[in-house]
Formats: sequence, structure tokens, C-alpha cells
Amino acid sequence: MMIEALIAVALIGALVTFVAPNRVAGKLAFAISLVPAALSLWMFTAFDGSGNALLDGELAFESHLEWIQFGDYSIEWFVGLDGISLPLVVMTTILCTLAILSSWTPIDSRESQFYGLVLFIEANLIGVFSALDFFVWFIFWEAVLIPMYLLIGVWGGPDRKYAAIKFFVYTNVASLVMFGSFIALVFGLGDAATSFALPDIADAMVNGGGVQSSVFGIDPGTFTALVFIAMFLGFAVKVPVVPFHTWLPDAHVQAPTPASVLLAGVLLKMGTYALLRFNFTMFPEQVATYAVPIAAIAVISVIYGAMLALAQTDLKRIVAYSSVSSMGYVILGLIAYTQFGVGGATFQMVSHGLISGLMFMSVGVIYNVTHTRSVEEMSGLADRMPIAVGILVAGAFGYMGLPLMSGFHGEFTIFFGAFQADFAYAPLFTALAMFGIVIVAGYLLFALQRTVFGPYHLETDYDVGRAPLHDIAPMFVLLALIIALGVAPELIFDMITDAVDPILNGGDL
Amino acid sequence: MAIYQLPEWAALAPALILALTGLVLFLIDSISPRSTDRTLLAGTAAVGALASLGVAVWFSAAGVGTPTIDGGEGVIEIFDGQFVVDQLALYFMIVVAIVTALIVVASYDYLAGHTYQAEYYSLVILAATGMATVAAANSLVTIFIALELTSLPSYALVAILKDNRGSVEAGLKYFLIGALSSAIFVYGISLVYGATGVLQLDSIAEVIADGGADGFGGLLGLGILMLLGGIAFKTASVPFHFWAPEAYEGAPAPISAFLSSASKAAGFVIAFRVFNVAFPLEEIGAVIGFDWTVAFVVLAIVTMTLGNFAAATQENVKRMLAYSSIGHAGYALIGLAGLSADGGELVMGAALMHLLVYGFMNTGAFLFVALAEHWGVGRTFEDYNGLSTQAPVACGAMAVFLFSLAGIPPFGGFFSKYFLFTGALEAATANTAMLAVAAALVVNSALSLYYYSRLVKALWIEDPPATRDRLGQPTGLYAAIVVAAVMTIVILPGFGPVVEAATGAAEALIN
Repeated sequence: MMIEALIAVALIGALVTFVAPNRVAGKLAFAISLVPAALSLWMFTAFDGSGNALLDGELAFESHLEWIQFGDYSIEWFVGLDGISLPLVVMTTILCTLAILSSWTPIDSRESQFYGLVLFIEANLIGVFSALDFFVWFIFWEAVLIPMYLLIGVWGGPDRKYAAIKFFVYTNVASLVMFGSFIALVFGLGDAATSFALPDIADAMVNGGGVQSSVFGIDPGTFTALVFIAMFLGFAVKVPVVPFHTWLPDAHVQAPTPASVLLAGVLLKMGTYALLRFNFTMFPEQVATYAVPIAAIAVISVIYGAMLALAQTDLKRIVAYSSVSSMGYVILGLIAYTQFGVGGATFQMVSHGLISGLMFMSVGVIYNVTHTRSVEEMSGLADRMPIAVGILVAGAFGYMGLPLMSGFHGEFTIFFGAFQADFAYAPLFTALAMFGIVIVAGYLLFALQRTVFGPYHLETDYDVGRAPLHDIAPMFVLLALIIALGVAPELIFDMITDAVDPILNGGDL
Repeated sequence: MAIYQLPEWAALAPALILALTGLVLFLIDSISPRSTDRTLLAGTAAVGALASLGVAVWFSAAGVGTPTIDGGEGVIEIFDGQFVVDQLALYFMIVVAIVTALIVVASYDYLAGHTYQAEYYSLVILAATGMATVAAANSLVTIFIALELTSLPSYALVAILKDNRGSVEAGLKYFLIGALSSAIFVYGISLVYGATGVLQLDSIAEVIADGGADGFGGLLGLGILMLLGGIAFKTASVPFHFWAPEAYEGAPAPISAFLSSASKAAGFVIAFRVFNVAFPLEEIGAVIGFDWTVAFVVLAIVTMTLGNFAAATQENVKRMLAYSSIGHAGYALIGLAGLSADGGELVMGAALMHLLVYGFMNTGAFLFVALAEHWGVGRTFEDYNGLSTQAPVACGAMAVFLFSLAGIPPFGGFFSKYFLFTGALEAATANTAMLAVAAALVVNSALSLYYYSRLVKALWIEDPPATRDRLGQPTGLYAAIVVAAVMTIVILPGFGPVVEAATGAAEALIN
């Protein structure tokens, strides 16, 4: 019942915070969010499971209850964790706590509603990463949209209405496409699946021979391919990959800092996590068939996202676009379909969550103090706010993949895995993607050099001084985690490879 | 359980309790005619509605009206079969009692300062009595009488704001169209009687099966069409939907909620019972020469499409909800469209589930409008701008209702729509036209998200006007809205029993 406890604490906490008075809401939400964070860390140390949740796995903290029987299909409350989902759950609870702490300064209106929504998102994100029944999973998946829509729309920047609606429409349409195709898949499986439990469906797809009957007159091969493509597109919007990325910079730039942290840190991982769980676990043959176009999409996302970041002059936009590029690496790792590729991609999900969270927080802190995000208006900030800027620089180095930080291990294993991949021109694609690192280093150093170093100069009337401790503290925690994972990646990499191996070996450990 | 020793008529208890409550309210009013003791009146009405709800839930859970084959006590027939109490009847009695209780509690604040307190509550309870009776009526005559018992208080209720021209005009329109549709309905009854010589629903089916109506196919077909017309009026389905936006807009908002949730459910129970019991598809097709599900396929698609498109163009929130409730009537009609000679319990059950969830979310949405009317903030989307800064809890509840109406997880509306969708696909194996219905359902749901989220945007994202007074927090309205919102969410974990009850009710009807 541990997972239920996590979700329940966050949900009840959300309600309590929502009706609490504004002035205590921030501290109350922080205190509440410590509970799931502590619980999930305990779960991390107590983790006892092996294999993949969907294929031949032994689950940790599993619970499985009858819920609804409708016609021939049953819907169950089914949650559990494996080596892929556990690190993501831990990352979610920690990032939510830190995001709440980092909102104390910038959020100065309707606090109780703001923190209530953040806790509500946290509950649903934990649900997304732990649910193993399609319906339970989908409910959590969609329930994330509404609070994020409100967070951007109510507390966001000047163009918040446009950004909020664009975010909602894009991701909701994508979800509908994915939902429809998955339901079609379950119908296509015929008697092989009598429930919406993901392990049953994955097993039927991998070991049971896949779609058995012809559905509405389409032959099984075409049908499976169509489902694979539709689901890929549905998740691709969430990731997002080029050309479905345009909602992301708008949403990121308009969102308040903590919402950006959650968007980049966790919400984007929902997309890659779902890709791994659905497309890359359930459709091994289609993965091989469509490897080249998917790898091409991944490489384009890496290069094009980085080029876009290079062209920005708004610090937050730079970080926002860099996510497109980083998530491209994750897709490349997944499509490599090797132990290092898929494992590295999963590691990179966690790593990028921490690093991009850190970057958004530091940009937020700089903005809180200077009230500008324009690279051209800032210069020599290191003089005035050495600690915050120091962390920003460290985060940027993490982004560039410097050794001893988590980004290095993530990217290195992805490239290593991608070189070994089976599909055509894999080394070429990998080499192209690696070129992305150069651009990343380029735009980050370029931005840093202009904002942070040099003589102090700022076109603003605000008095620039040091940021308060509650702004700096969460960044230190993140930096510590980034370095910890960089020095000792096996903290999570071992459990990840345990869970990844069955995918690559056709369902066997 | 002790209920098996009760006399048979006691099975009608949910309706009888409501009738009794109505009489008690009259009694209170006649003892002290000038009294406007809102607490006493609303309290009595609420206790009555809750008692009715409690008894209905108890009966339903205890297995009253479950067919003997399923190990139940058998369907209870009262007055020689003029009334039946089966799972379907109890299911709708539950829906009616829930909505009534919510409305009564909400009216406590809405009616503050109004002259006709006792009359209002007695009329609401009497209309609810009619609806609960409709649910159990098993003969065209009892259906008609119960329907009139529902309609007549409703006409008065719509017009009860006597000083408000809109209310009076709406009441008049509602009455005129209602009288017309009653006439059509009763004419349809007489034609069916003319063709078959009986009025009780199961007897009609027997006569038709025995060939007793052969040669009267045209007469019977016309009668069925006219019954359909009467039902379309009650459920606000195309083409008899014109009254709905007018009446809902003019009526006091709690009454709009009442009409669009409970009264509509009563219309649907007639449709479900009459068409399933009296006109079984196989036999009737041979006599009248056409398959009446075709009519419902067309009606469902047209109703949901027209309702949603019209709702998308509204500027007035109440009218938007009125049109969207027409759209939802279209969704519920899928239940009848999906019937086929060898089944359709699933899609029928899904329609029942949708009506239950709808009872919470639609009532709640209209009650929020009642709250806004109570505040006097205005009627258009623009007038609602930024209300969440002043009333976050009520606006949070409203967001729940709207997203649930749109069918977005994690709210109840998502599941009932999903089950309608899969039910329609299941039915498509027997009737390919259902594919079109399923497609229309998806397209319309997607469209509806546009205008529902527009209201969410107004409430939450737009900035409030500078010149708005402080808003009060009327207890009754708040309580009703919050309960409805909590139920819209809590119904999801509890969906297992709802699915069982709904499919059980549908199976009881179809077999």
C-alpha cells in the first residue's frame, strides 16, 4: 500500500492546501510534500524487485484489486514499481518538494490554490509512473493536464492564456490519438487480452504473437503498424520531438518557474516513459522496422532543438529549447534498443529531470532578483549574486555532459548504446547526434559568457542582491543529486538495466 | 431482510415518501400560510428526498426487483401490473432523489426573500413524485398520468419568479409546447391502443407477438412515432428541443437544474421501458415494417451534434449549459440506438450510467449558475471572468463539472462516455450504423471541450473586473455544489457498483 500512501498524501494535501489561508499555504505544502519525498526515498532503499514490470518482472510495492467489469473486459486498480519507474517516482517527489520551495519568492497571489494544484500534479505524476492498468494510468496521465493548464494560465507570464490553451489543445489531442489507438489494439488482441492490465497486453504482444484477428477488415500486420505509429505520434507530442515541439517553448516561457521545473523535469518524462513502456516494450518488431525514421527524428530533434536554443536571447527560452534537444538523446537511446541505449535513455530521463529543474530554478532566481531574462540586458552577474550564478554555471556544465555529473553518464551510455545498434547507419546517426553536444556547449557558454562574466552592467531599476536561502537551498539539493548520480551512476543504473534487459530479450530475463 | 415481509405496494416507497413529503409541506403551509420559514420548508423537503433516496438505495442493494433467475426475489408488480418495481425503476428513483435533494438544499439560499416558499417546495417535491412514479409505470396510462404529474408542477416552477418577465415567458412557452407534446403523446397512446386493444406494456408486446396487431401496422407505426415525439419533448431531443434553452434560461437556475437532470432522466426511463418492453424489435419489425432503432440512431446523432454546435456559439452561460444538455440527451439516446434483436445490454447500461453521472455533474453546473445569479454577477461568459479569485472553492467545483461534462479524466463523465463508446462499438457488430454513432460521440466530445474549457478559462484565467462587490457564501448553495462535485469525483473509485447496477437494470429490462 506504499504507492497508494504516496498518492493519498499528495491528494489530501492538495485539498487541505487548496482551502488553507494564503499566507501559510507555501509552508504547509512544503511540509506535506516532505512526506511523499521521505516515503519514496524509503521505498528506494527498500526496493526489492527485478525484471520489467510489463515483461516477466517481479514488482515492488504491488497492489492489484478488482475495480470494474464491463462486458468482456475488466479494469483493475493495479500499481507497482520496477527499476524503470522507481527512479522516476523518487525524482518526481523530490522535484515537487523543491519546486514548492522555489515558489515561495515568485508566487505572491492566490498561493493556496497554486500550491494545491502543485500537490495535485504530484499525486498524478506518481500515479502515471506506477500505474500498470491502462485505465488507471490514463486517468492519471490526463489528470496532469488540467492543473498544469491552470498553473500556466493563472500564474504565467504576459502571453499565458495563449500558451496555456496551446499546451492543453496539443497534448490533449495527442492523448486522444494515443487513447484511441491503444483501445483499438486491445480490441485487436481479441481473446488474448481480457483486461486492460499493461503486463497482460505486453505479454500478449511479445510472447503471444500480437494482434490475432483482423479488425474492421484490416490485416493484423497493417493494423499493428498503424497502432504503433499512432501511439508514437501521441507520445511524441508530449516528449516533444520536432516537429511537435512548438507548444513547449511557449508553455515553458510563460509558465511560472516552479511549473517550468515540473514541466521540464517530470512532464516531458511522461512522454518518453510512455514510449518506453508502450511502443518500445510492446512492439519489438515495429521498433526494428521503423528504427531509421525514428532515429532520424531523434537526431533532427537534437540538432534542430540545439540550433533553436542557439538563436534565443531569452535565458529561459534557451533552457526551454535545450530540452527539445536533450529529449532527442533519450529517443535515440530508446531506438538503439541495446542495453546501454535503453538503460542510458532511462538514466538520462532522471538526469535531465534534475539538471533542467536546476537550470529553470537558477534562471528563475536570477529573474526574481533582476526582473529580466534577456541575455542582452545582463552582464557580470557573478559579481552580485555569486552563489546563484555559481550554481547556474554548474548546472550548465552538467547539461554539457561534463564527467562526474549525471549528464555525462546519461549521454555517454546513450551514445555507446547507439553505436552498437542494429539498424542501418546507426553509427552515422550517433555521430550526427554527438555533434549536438558541441552546439549545446556553444549556446550555454555563449549565454553564460554574456550574462555572468565580464563587468557588471544591468538595464534594470531593481536593486540586485543575493537571493534568499529558500531559493538557493533547493538548487543545492539538486546539484548534490546531479553530482551523486554522476559519481555513482550505479545507484540507479543497476536497477534500470535489470528492468531493461527483459525488453531486449523478448520478455525473458 | 425484513423488506420481504412488507406488503407489495411498499415497493413503491421511494415515490410514496416523496408524495407524503409533498402533503406534509402543504400541511405546514395551511397551518401557517404566511410563514416563510425557509429552514423548516427546505429541511422537510430535503429530509423527504433523502429518505426516498435511502429507501431506493436500500431496495436496490437488497435485490428488490431482481429477476428470480438471478437469485433475486422477482420483479414486483403492483395494481395488476400497472406499476412494476424492478432494478431499472429503483435506479431511476435513485437518480431523481439525488437531484431533488441537491435542488432543495440549493434552493434554500436561492429563494431567500421569495414570497412563495411553501408552494415552491411542494411543487418541486410533487414533480419529483411524478418522476419517481414514471420510473415504475408499466402501462401507457400510468406513464401518461405520472408524466403529467411531473409536467404540471414544472410549468408552474419555471414561471415562479412572477416579477421576472423572462421567467413568466419561459413558463408560458414551456406550458404551450408541453401541452402540445402531451396531446401528441396521448394521441400516440390511443393509436397504439387502437391497434392492439391493450395498454399495459407487456400485454402490448404479447398481442403483437400473437399477431393481434397484424393489419394495423400503419396505425401502430404512427402511434409509435407519436410516442417517440412525446418522449423527445421530455428529453429535450431534436426535433422537440426548442423549448429547452428558453425554459432553462428563464427559469430559476435550480429549476433549470431540476428539469435538465431529473426531468430528462424521467423522459429516458419512459423511452427505455416503452421501447424495450412494449415494442420488442423482432416482433414489431414484422408488423410495422421498420426497425425503430434506426429512428434512434438518427435522433442520437442529430441531437448530439445540434446540441453541441449550438452550445459552442452561445454567449450566455445558462443557454450554453442548456444546449449542452441537449447534446447529452443525444449521448443517452445511444442506449436505445444500440439495441439489437440479440442484445444491447452493454450500451443500454452505459446510457444508464451516463444519466447517473449526469445527474451530479449537470445539476452541479446549473447550481453554480444559480450561485452566480444569487451573487448577481451577470449571465455571460464575460461576466464570469475571474470569479475564482473571489470564490475558489465553488469555481473549483465548477471546473470539475465542466471537465466531467466534457469527458476528461479523472472525472465520472470520462468513464460513462467511454462505456458508451465501447458499448456503441460492441453494438456495431450487429448494426454498422453504430460506427457512425460512435464517431459522432467522439467528435462531439472533442468539440464540447472547446466551449466547456472556455468557461473554465473565464472563471480561472481571465482577470476579474475591477468593480465587483464582495461575494457572499450562501451555505445551502455551497453545500449542494460541493456535494455534487465530490460525488462527480468519488463516483470514479466507486464505479464498480454503478456499472453493476446499471447493467443489471439494463439486463432486467431487455431480457
